[in-house]
Amino acid sequence: MRAPRNYFGRSMQRDAGMLSRVADSLYWMSRYLERAEQTARLLDVEMQLWLDQSPEAGLGRWKFVLEALRMPAAQGPVDPTRLINMLVFSRTNASSIVSCIATARENLRHVREQCSSEMWEQLNRLYLEVIETWPEESWMLKSHAFFQTVQEGAHLFQGITDGTMSHGEGWQFIQLGRYVERTDALAALLETHFRRVAHPVDQAVESAEYLGWVGLLRACVAFEAYCKAYTAEIRPLRVAEFLLLNPDFPHSVRFSVDRVNAALHIIGELTERREKLPTRIAGRMRAQLSYSQIEEVMADGGHAYLENVRGECAQIHAAIHQIYFDYSIESELAS
Amino acid sequence: MTAAAVPSPYGSSRPFVKYQFDTAYDEMFCAPGLPREYYQALHRTLVGLPPEELRKSQQAADLTFLHEGITFTVYGSKEGTERIFPNDLIPRIIPAAEWAKIEKGLTQRVTALNLFLRDIYHEGRILSEGIVPRELIYSCKHFRREMRGLNVPRDIYVSICGTDLVRLPDGNFVVLEDNLRVPSGVSYMLANRKALKRVFPKMFRDYGVSPIDHYPQALLSTLRTLAPENCAYSQDPVTVLLTPGVSNSAYFEHTFLAQQMGIELVEGRDLLVHDNVVYMRTTAGPRRVDVIYRRVDDDFLDPLCFRRDSFLGVPGLFNAYRAGNVSLANAIGTGLADDKAVYAYVPEMIRFYMSEEPILPNVPTYMLTDAAQRQHVLENLEEMVVKAVGESGGYGMLIGPQSTKQQREEFRARILADPRNYIAQPTLALSCAPCLIDGEVESRHIDLRPYILMGEKVTLVPGGLTRVALRKGSLVVNSSQGGGSKDTWVLRAGNAEDRTAQIADDVWKGLAGGPLA
Repeated sequence: MRAPRNYFGRSMQRDAGMLSRVADSLYWMSRYLERAEQTARLLDVEMQLWLDQSPEAGLGRWKFVLEALRMPAAQGPVDPTRLINMLVFSRTNASSIVSCIATARENLRHVREQCSSEMWEQLNRLYLEVIETWPEESWMLKSHAFFQTVQEGAHLFQGITDGTMSHGEGWQFIQLGRYVERTDALAALLETHFRRVAHPVDQAVESAEYLGWVGLLRACVAFEAYCKAYTAEIRPLRVAEFLLLNPDFPHSVRFSVDRVNAALHIIGELTERREKLPTRIAGRMRAQLSYSQIEEVMADGGHAYLENVRGECAQIHAAIHQIYFDYSIESELAS
Repeated sequence: MTAAAVPSPYGSSRPFVKYQFDTAYDEMFCAPGLPREYYQALHRTLVGLPPEELRKSQQAADLTFLHEGITFTVYGSKEGTERIFPNDLIPRIIPAAEWAKIEKGLTQRVTALNLFLRDIYHEGRILSEGIVPRELIYSCKHFRREMRGLNVPRDIYVSICGTDLVRLPDGNFVVLEDNLRVPSGVSYMLANRKALKRVFPKMFRDYGVSPIDHYPQALLSTLRTLAPENCAYSQDPVTVLLTPGVSNSAYFEHTFLAQQMGIELVEGRDLLVHDNVVYMRTTAGPRRVDVIYRRVDDDFLDPLCFRRDSFLGVPGLFNAYRAGNVSLANAIGTGLADDKAVYAYVPEMIRFYMSEEPILPNVPTYMLTDAAQRQHVLENLEEMVVKAVGESGGYGMLIGPQSTKQQREEFRARILADPRNYIAQPTLALSCAPCLIDGEVESRHIDLRPYILMGEKVTLVPGGLTRVALRKGSLVVNSSQGGGSKDTWVLRAGNAEDRTAQIADDVWKGLAGGPLA
């Protein structure tokens, strides 16, 4: 019901809930920015790996890159230059880095009064930087700088958001968007990787596979954190354990799901909808990840497990829409 | 204005070197070189400041506006270009006695306009008594048949009104037009004040300027008085501001006012109607809405009732309104009374409904449906201002003295094709005020738009938006046509300056000759 009022007749505290449209925009803004950051990091790593490989082996990798980025497979032979252009600059590909940043900005622009002006300025600045023309001939030279710009810009935005915006419901929707996206992207990346390499084993890898596993860690900014936890000896099963089940590392699946769960719980409290569907799915996911052993997860190469994670992400996403953004008015008023 | 310009009496004394006088009323000087009493302190300050200082202050103010995003959108360009609304640092000063008259005149006017709207949408007494011709009303683009017989809360149709005043060469204010639909610009009034307080703090205090900062609060209480009778919390109805969205030219103002009033800023798609009750869609479920301050035109409010292609509105809103479950400010159909041909009858309305004489006169207006008047206007087009009756924002206008032959021919054809759609007025010499142009003070034409709130009582915050035609010699002050604005200082009653104002005016009349014909 309505909050208590002070003697000026105004509510001392706002009524529960925020505009669905605003929550929706903040959620999507955050998802898109996270996606841009993920893509930039993965491509950055892939460009580096490309240098270390024979041209044929390099070409084969791009198929997996597309899969890891959750994009449809390329038709016909792969032309790396065109592919990079499609993944980075293309405005017809809604998931290219530039498109993601432009969409994130557009979402924020529509709810500008709901965020701090510092946030808007930072995202606007990042957008202006990436739509600058990057000449094709010097692209190889500059690609690293470009991907760096995107990652740093996104990190800066995250810091500014945490430091300048009230950590209320709107902020929680930003968290939710970021970690739903991260969970799904991580799961897709891990699944592609596990399918590509031999069954992950608990022993040090051959040098032929070494680069691939380090690449995977780097694509999750996890190389240094992994070394701290397990030393620099790369054992596939440990890598899998670290990226899937580590509770403290921000780019692990478990950490991300924890955050999704936490955000949904607080939103549930704030909107007085504790028992609703998204909270239940997230809670179940979290319990599963907390009590899983890596050996059982990887029994079939991890496919079933990761597919399940991705399926539940999609369910959470749909449930958020259904409960918070796009509910049917009749059912709400009836209850 | 082509009157011979009088050179500045200051010789090389800056920053008034380029200041020119013509036949228009000058707000600052009662005679060349002689500032009016209440402008003297300001004048001294300007002359005393190093020219660089003025330029710097202006730049600092511009930057603040840019950073705070105080912008408007110019239509017609791709993606809608955002510009800052040019702000002029030299305030326009109005003595308390003059303001008191304006306040009385506008209160009278908005009261009569509300009575008129109530009458038109109910009995139509003013029509049956033959004071306003029926065909004028029924041919009006903004007349809403759907409003016939509908009772609005407290019989208030116009809650927020922006009336444009200009000062003629004889020093008197006249009403140029009323804006009764969704008048905008009030955020610039508040932003200008904030900027001026920063630039001239001492002078501001010494002058004894009436405050205007309570406008958002006054607006909120005005909106609250409209709470529907069946509203659960009539002291604190759920009030929202409905905006067409981010691409609207006044979007900045919408976000600003919503923030200042502490109410939700919503778009059409945030609202939905169920069983004739309006709800907004929140993450905690639908929340009932009681009062909507809508900044969306009638046409776009409800696709089930008005324009079907509108995506800005809320399907079913009109039925909820009709059922008395939600209030709108302003009511639907108020545009009828700011039709520029209906405007001509406002003095008659004041006499008819209030049995009073109008305090603020109208500008003489030629009705082009009348053959004799039309003939006269067409023969003298280069001296006339022609306006389309239903337009606003300075669109669809011909300014005779500044027009080309081709433009005049075009308007002649348009008038002959649809005489009801146009009116003509003599070209007025809008008063001039000193403005800062590139670090120097020059004279520019200005008008004044006070904002009138009608709730339980009529409220005017002292002042309003003084709009400036920034192009030299131009008479068009609209922001969309290259206008700017300046802060308006209404002095508190009892200031010494007031007593001398009248004397100063007399001196000016003696020196400059009579008013323009």
